[in-house]
Amino acid sequence: MRIYTFSIKLNLLLTFFLLTTAKLHAQQPVTVLGTVKSVSDKLGIPGVSVTLKGTKIGTVTGPEGDFSLKVPGGTGSLLFSSVGYQTQELSIPASHVLNVSLADDAAALNEVVVVGYGTTRKQDLTGSIAVVSAKDFQKGSITTPEQMLAGKVSGVSIISNGGQPGAGSTIRIRGGASLSASNDPLIVIDGVPLDNTAVSGASNALSFVNPNDIESFTVLKDASAAAIYGARAANGVIIITTKKGVSGDLKIGFTTVNSLSRIIAKAKVLNGDQIREIVNATGTAAQKAQLGTLNTDWQDLIYQDGLATDNNLSISGGVKGLPYRLSLGYQNQRGILRTDELEKTSVALVFNPTFFDKHLKLDINLKGSRQKTRFANTSAIGGALSFDPTQATYTNRPDYNGYWEWLDNSTPSGLVNLVGRNPVGLLEQTENRANPLRSIGNIQLDYKFHFLPELHANLNAGYDVASGKGTSYTNPIAASNFNDKGFDNRYKQNRSNTVFDFYLNYIKELPDLKSRIDATAGYAYNNYLTTVFNYASYNGYGDKVANSDPDFPYNKPEHRLISYFGRLNYSYDDRFLLTATVRRDGSSRFSAQYRNAVFPSIALAWTLKNEAFLKDNKTFSALKLRLGYGITGQQDGIDNYGYLATYGLSTPTAAYQFGNTFYQMYRPTAYISNIKWEQTATTNFGIDAGFLDNRISGTLELYLKKTSDLLNRVPQPAGTNFSASAVVNVGSMENKGVEMTLNFVPVSSADFNWDFSLNATYNKNTITNLTVVPNDANYVGFPGGGIAGGVGGQNALISSVGRSKNLFYLFEQVYDQSGKPIEGVYVDQNGDGIINENDLNRGKPADPKFFLGFSNNLNYKQWNLSFTLRANLGNYVYNNVSSQSGNLAQIKGSAILLNANPSYLATNFKTQQLFSDYYVENASFLKMDNLNLGYKFGKILKNAATLQLNASVQNVFTLTKYSGLDPEVAIGVDNNIYPRPRVFSLGLNLNF
Amino acid sequence: MKEFNKRSRTIKTLNVAFLACFAMLVTASCNKLDLKPTNDLTAQDVFYTPQGYKQALAKVYGAFALTGNATTGQQDIPVEIIKDEGNSDFLRLYWNLQELTTDEAAWSWQSDAGILGLHEMSWGSVNSIINGLYYRSYYHITICNNFINESSDNNLSKRGISGADADNIRLYRAEARFLRAYQYWVLMDLYANPPMVTENTVIGGKDLPRQIQRKDLFNYVESELKAVENELAAAKTNEYGRADKAAAWALLSRLYLNAEVYTGAARYTDAITYCNKITAAGYTLHNNYRELTIADNHLNTNENILTINYDGTNTQNFGGTTYLMHGPAGVPADVSGSNGNWGGLRITQQFVNLFVDKTGATDTRAQFYTTGQTLEMTDLYLSSAGYSTTKYRNKTRTGAPAPHQDAAKDFSDIDFPLFRLGETYLTYAEAVVRGGTGGNLSTALGYVNALRTRAYNGSPAGNIGNSALSLDFILDERARELYYEAVRRTDLIRFGKFTSNAYLWAWKGGVKAGAAVSSKYNIFPLPPSDLSANPNLTQNTGY
Repeated sequence: MRIYTFSIKLNLLLTFFLLTTAKLHAQQPVTVLGTVKSVSDKLGIPGVSVTLKGTKIGTVTGPEGDFSLKVPGGTGSLLFSSVGYQTQELSIPASHVLNVSLADDAAALNEVVVVGYGTTRKQDLTGSIAVVSAKDFQKGSITTPEQMLAGKVSGVSIISNGGQPGAGSTIRIRGGASLSASNDPLIVIDGVPLDNTAVSGASNALSFVNPNDIESFTVLKDASAAAIYGARAANGVIIITTKKGVSGDLKIGFTTVNSLSRIIAKAKVLNGDQIREIVNATGTAAQKAQLGTLNTDWQDLIYQDGLATDNNLSISGGVKGLPYRLSLGYQNQRGILRTDELEKTSVALVFNPTFFDKHLKLDINLKGSRQKTRFANTSAIGGALSFDPTQATYTNRPDYNGYWEWLDNSTPSGLVNLVGRNPVGLLEQTENRANPLRSIGNIQLDYKFHFLPELHANLNAGYDVASGKGTSYTNPIAASNFNDKGFDNRYKQNRSNTVFDFYLNYIKELPDLKSRIDATAGYAYNNYLTTVFNYASYNGYGDKVANSDPDFPYNKPEHRLISYFGRLNYSYDDRFLLTATVRRDGSSRFSAQYRNAVFPSIALAWTLKNEAFLKDNKTFSALKLRLGYGITGQQDGIDNYGYLATYGLSTPTAAYQFGNTFYQMYRPTAYISNIKWEQTATTNFGIDAGFLDNRISGTLELYLKKTSDLLNRVPQPAGTNFSASAVVNVGSMENKGVEMTLNFVPVSSADFNWDFSLNATYNKNTITNLTVVPNDANYVGFPGGGIAGGVGGQNALISSVGRSKNLFYLFEQVYDQSGKPIEGVYVDQNGDGIINENDLNRGKPADPKFFLGFSNNLNYKQWNLSFTLRANLGNYVYNNVSSQSGNLAQIKGSAILLNANPSYLATNFKTQQLFSDYYVENASFLKMDNLNLGYKFGKILKNAATLQLNASVQNVFTLTKYSGLDPEVAIGVDNNIYPRPRVFSLGLNLNF
Repeated sequence: MKEFNKRSRTIKTLNVAFLACFAMLVTASCNKLDLKPTNDLTAQDVFYTPQGYKQALAKVYGAFALTGNATTGQQDIPVEIIKDEGNSDFLRLYWNLQELTTDEAAWSWQSDAGILGLHEMSWGSVNSIINGLYYRSYYHITICNNFINESSDNNLSKRGISGADADNIRLYRAEARFLRAYQYWVLMDLYANPPMVTENTVIGGKDLPRQIQRKDLFNYVESELKAVENELAAAKTNEYGRADKAAAWALLSRLYLNAEVYTGAARYTDAITYCNKITAAGYTLHNNYRELTIADNHLNTNENILTINYDGTNTQNFGGTTYLMHGPAGVPADVSGSNGNWGGLRITQQFVNLFVDKTGATDTRAQFYTTGQTLEMTDLYLSSAGYSTTKYRNKTRTGAPAPHQDAAKDFSDIDFPLFRLGETYLTYAEAVVRGGTGGNLSTALGYVNALRTRAYNGSPAGNIGNSALSLDFILDERARELYYEAVRRTDLIRFGKFTSNAYLWAWKGGVKAGAAVSSKYNIFPLPPSDLSANPNLTQNTGY
């Protein structure tokens, strides 16, 4: 027996692969070909391990379940095994062609699920856990991992933050547990918990992970499942597992997806003729003189067809018991907003060898990604809606680089002050570039003790390092920044997070007692360190802006968690199951007195199917009841040093003059010395059932989440702190919900298969307290949903006690007999004769009542058709695009002329009525996210490879009553989001 | 066999290593959670040196000059109270409440937070300007309280600071007490019955501040000012920008002039006493009215008693005099010395008509900008309706650009005269006319005519005689002399003309011709958010 030493250099290993490849070709063995399909849905199963019994010769199946294995001698039997399926052994027939059907379902006793610090047998699960693996992912041109999960899991809402290349998403599991602190779930990639904050220069923290490298997502929804992550688990946990190496033949996979994205619809605005008509009818002579003669469609000038290519090459195999996988990705995307570009290169390298008769397992995961982006100036989107459509794009003069702008010869710049600038100029004169890098990696050792094989020790050391740097530049004579002479600034940020954990796991079967024990105890260390570099500011000519040197060259915010955890799974007679977990977290964000907290959970399950009375029942193929309770925490949204009394030095531009000297100020920072975790206690009840050999299967969950010590930014009694408001632990909130997932296989035959799954979520949120003194009538609630237009401070939403969060809080519009809103006339709610803030009315909710997801898969011979539908019901949106600009004052109420929203033609509002609930619209929708058609050519190139082609459309259609561009907005206020394009893509998968 | 032994040794080592690793981790690493910020300092670090005290004192003043710790982006007042940082400094908030509610000013942009209802006098308790000033005043008071604590004799000796350094810091401490008294005066004037916090209030403590009634607050402010009067630097001896005894006298005279409003008991004699102290200290009027509020007005040390200092390069924010420079509608950039106007501030015709000659040719205080503006404020929210003013100009007396002007011409160099001798003269005159003793009518008349002579460019043409020196004349004269200096609301209330129909101006009460409103509007409401945070508080009557 030889022991591998890990001083072997990477390049050496690569050389090894090449040598191996050469050697295999030289052998010329018999090739066994075949396809592995699932018994239930007749679909090809990717990733099935195929090995020649008694040897290390093996391979894994490709995306459609195809495999080809070179067998020396051409005899023997092959073992087919995969997580979730029963293992089969078949001898190699003379034809050397082997088509296999694997049975899936609960009968696969040893199927394991990644649950955080280890795995659990699927049959032992007691909590609310959903696993989504490659075959269920959303297809098409996917640029960021979480998009693959959208609409696939009940209780999980994933809303993309817009159509910008690489844009992230707002992910909510069961509505989130918090009001004003973070509602983002914890994301763990291969054992490395991620920092959810974006790397500067990148729009999305997850965009660094190549979607093609992901094998599965495990979503831990309830507290009994998530409590093992303690203080960070209140919003649920998403565990991402990436693809691993499999011993056996060298396999090469190549996929390419090329796509075209196009804006679905332009936002409605008035055209030049309409503006001329309105101004000529109502304007002053001076305003009429301002009119231009054109009909410029500014939206046409800022949008383009986006093109993208996404190519991935993966190589996997094994060299003498050292399985590896290497994947390379290259993506290049041109956004639909001109000047938006994203180029992404990614590498992932995995080694997962075992030693000492599989007593020591080693997992090394290295992922790296480099992006090269140019961010378009997104203010052009709003600008295109409001800039005067009667004007030209360019002038023939060199001023302002030739862009047409509003002029005023009384200002030093020659421009009218404080008005919007030419949207094309905004795009073309700004150059924001960034080159962020990120690498996530870990090494994990799992050791099965020789003297006690039931005991495992697992050691995991990981890192998440990132460097974000970039430049932002605006041309010095660009109208938008003419007074400042443009700017040319840079920024840089380095992140270096480390994770280390160690646990012991003991699994013991006690057949005499019909019992099985699976116990884990461990320690975890997580450190999050960022270095933010500070730089002086420069104008567009490269001259340093006076007094802009930073006080400090850098800042290094850091926080740390030190934790101990334990888990016990106990099962009796495969009928009764118990899971108990406990975690004690210590956080550097709190003072010594409040630093440590314990997060326990307990769950029970009863596998009814294994009871005598159901065991042989043909109708029920599975039936299990689950009940769980647990406490989880939340510490995102709390400052790193918020409990400490500190002083910050002011910038040199904020100094105060005594005599002839300017003194930079020392400002005391507000602090809350008793700040601590937000805690969420969740009770979950679930039923898993399967009927008719699991042709119909499903899960029903009921949950109640109670968050206490809510982290809420509340006013401080005036004069008692250095800020009028601070984040403190006050208040409580409840989320109640029902989730349902149903899977159907209506047709299952040799040539034609159809399966679909449906998931539905109902969530009801109630705020139970928000103030130090409960039920305080003076506290109207926690505001949210900022309204654009006017200067600051207005909010469209309120979260108040006794009601659900995020209700619209506006004036109730009064309408005339013809149903037209009467300008400025609102319902006097308290009847005091005046309309003021006391008449604001809590109206419709911004959050949906129901989420629905519907995934379909149809197979006919070599054809595959799949689509995903998603619906939100009961949600409303404040149309801020319309409220901001749908009025006459918008057009001619300022020094210049502007374009308006066509809602003006319906309302005839003279001035902005930002607080009218007229603008709250029903935003329930049904979307087809994805439509994919695939054709398998099967074997090509003399059986050396398989080929599949895919054509897909994303954002196929949206059914909604909402009058704006897109009803899907994260916080209930629609304000010129970057439009989500419709994407047409063609893909090719080639596997050798 | 050898192979086997080697293997078993390796396995043994592995077993031990893993177990040891676990044992180590369980016992170690418990005290590694004390992390400290990189650049921010603790109180011990800051107050370790006299220089540290001086920089902390800079914040004690900066808290009423600036919006935060940077030009933008590090605001003192959180966004839930005021989202637009440029509206969150003391001066702009205070100015807006003292001026936009009166005949002197209206703001064109209805949708700006807190604007709707101010000039119409129909505000409710939730208003980001009304709530904002309240929180700004308490922010300033809290900064002062903290400084008073950190500079206590006990702390000074503990930190080994003695001698001249300690004397200097005691002077700073007196100034912090003065500024705290000033903010309590503001709160008393605007909100009447606010909560009370002192240096004994524990930061983040559990004890809720108790409410103080206006009368009691008057006594507190009076006693504080009288106490610090003895500790402050002698008049005209302190560094520019820092308060001295005269600042305390100026505030006392203002306090006494309005005492009847606050307590029901007139204190005109006391007002005269403190005016006399100021005039006795050697202050004189600057010779040119139009140089009082321009970029190099820091040179007017003969007239300025205390200023809030701004600088285009070193003391930047979007409130303060930057607002007063940009705000007036229509004023061309080269007149205001900025990069253009914000089209916001205009003046009602009733105020403009207080000047017989609106051109400024005779009374130079009439500095109206009329091109493109109508005299009548035909529309409350139209930037061309109503004259505006060029009183605040970011130019030096030679007409040159401000020496510290920033490249973009965004920020003002103009210092704001919080107290100046001009006001002292008028306070004296009014107190005498109202029957206070310790002064006399001829001095009063002399003061008024000194102001008018300056206004008329040194000519006695505008001087008045004894018979003209009526209370109504003094109110109008205060308007002409002190407009846009944030005293108008207080003056109108003292004369009973703020809410009543005794004086109407355009859009008062929300109607074009002006209408009386409820007398509850003489006092602003407490923010409901503070009523919520502090159950000790009771809302002011009518809200």
